[in-house]
Amino acid sequence: MNNVGKAVKISDNVYWVGAVDWTTRDFHGYQTSRGTTYNAYLIMADKITLVDTVKTPFMGELLSRISSVVDPSRIDYIVSNHAEMDHSGCLPQIMDIVKPEKVFASAMGQKILESQLRIGSKITPVMNGENLSLGNMNLTFIETKMLHWPDSMFSYLKEEQILFSQDAFGMHLAVDRLFDDENVWDVLEEESEKYFANILMPYSNLIIKLLDAVGEMKLPIKLVATDHGPIWRSNIGKIIELYRKWSEHKPVPRAVVVYDTMWNSTASMANAIGEGLRESGVDFKILPMSVSHRSDVATEILKSSAIIVGSPTLNNNIFPTLADVLTYVKGLRPLNMVGASFSSYGWSGESLGQLNDCLKAMNVELVNDGIRVKYVPADADLNACMELGRLVGTTLRGKIINLNNG
Amino acid sequence: MDKYVCDACGWVYDPAKGDPDHGIAPGTSFADLPDDWTCPECGVGKDSFSKQD
Repeated sequence: MNNVGKAVKISDNVYWVGAVDWTTRDFHGYQTSRGTTYNAYLIMADKITLVDTVKTPFMGELLSRISSVVDPSRIDYIVSNHAEMDHSGCLPQIMDIVKPEKVFASAMGQKILESQLRIGSKITPVMNGENLSLGNMNLTFIETKMLHWPDSMFSYLKEEQILFSQDAFGMHLAVDRLFDDENVWDVLEEESEKYFANILMPYSNLIIKLLDAVGEMKLPIKLVATDHGPIWRSNIGKIIELYRKWSEHKPVPRAVVVYDTMWNSTASMANAIGEGLRESGVDFKILPMSVSHRSDVATEILKSSAIIVGSPTLNNNIFPTLADVLTYVKGLRPLNMVGASFSSYGWSGESLGQLNDCLKAMNVELVNDGIRVKYVPADADLNACMELGRLVGTTLRGKIINLNNG
Repeated sequence: MDKYVCDACGWVYDPAKGDPDHGIAPGTSFADLPDDWTCPECGVGKDSFSKQD
């Protein structure tokens, strides 16, 4: 451990003591183009409390920042709001150094910390709604099961009106300035949206319930202190509204075309479909998988209400990049999508049916059986592709009109 | 009796097996589970389950 890192005061008695990871670009398959932070917080109450820890390689940075405020051995309590390794990996070592009186987690957190780190017997489980006295301050626990792990919970520090929200409302963004209003809003929105799409989208229904439940608690909140990225101070209402919008998946006039190609046939079909979408007045983005990352496809899907996928047939199968991205986005369970498939092929031509099956498994409403072209598309084929784009566009527009009239 | 799948984590409640670790005897239908029963794998409530197709 060195003493380079210093804590950042975020409130009267609370300090950020986390770590900034300027290097990481791959977060279990999610491309973190702007790095990330692992946030941990030190509450200087009568009972000195550490909220979450950091990814193991950053333990020295955590200890250095804590030491700039207080000797780590004086910490009384540790709270684990989320047991995923980037917040708990170094917890056993920190417990050895700090020798805390107690370590708290949800009941599910206790089980997961046991399964991952074999420290379950040292964890004190807390219940939803339970209040923990820190002497002169109070911490209340709010379980947020499956947002996004079984153990996940918020901790609310009443006296300073801080909601420690673990991964919720977070983003992968390495920053030098810790507060939202010290950063560029467009970047915050973009990275929050990408985070939601890649981490939280499958749990949209639970998010709506949680937003309603926390709203009813009417907690005064000055800061939302997340586990990744900046702390929300000036845009709390805005990020909560965005979470509601992203969870609702209401139809919007926007489509995404995802494809790969071998000899440019599927590519020319993709571009013709784009022209059809343009004619129907629907915004769109074309993402060739040769140069696109699956996590950016996820973000585009969150922004869109139609997905059109294209693949050549390679050795009787869809192209491997499409298998990758379709497996990934199926797991993210996008809701309320229309779609279609297209493919070029040489002889057997299985990929169109396979693409349709993938979309059906994602509950995408197919506008038709799609288009399959042998070898290189002729003008008539490209016109059919444009027509497919128009059909997706008009189907989507019809859906929006029905919703507005309904 | 119908099986029910957890919308959040994918765990399946099989009435034939019940959930003996949490006091639910084999043969208990999903409807007869107590209101405060939660998914043994991820902890969400009964209202986050759907009938398996």
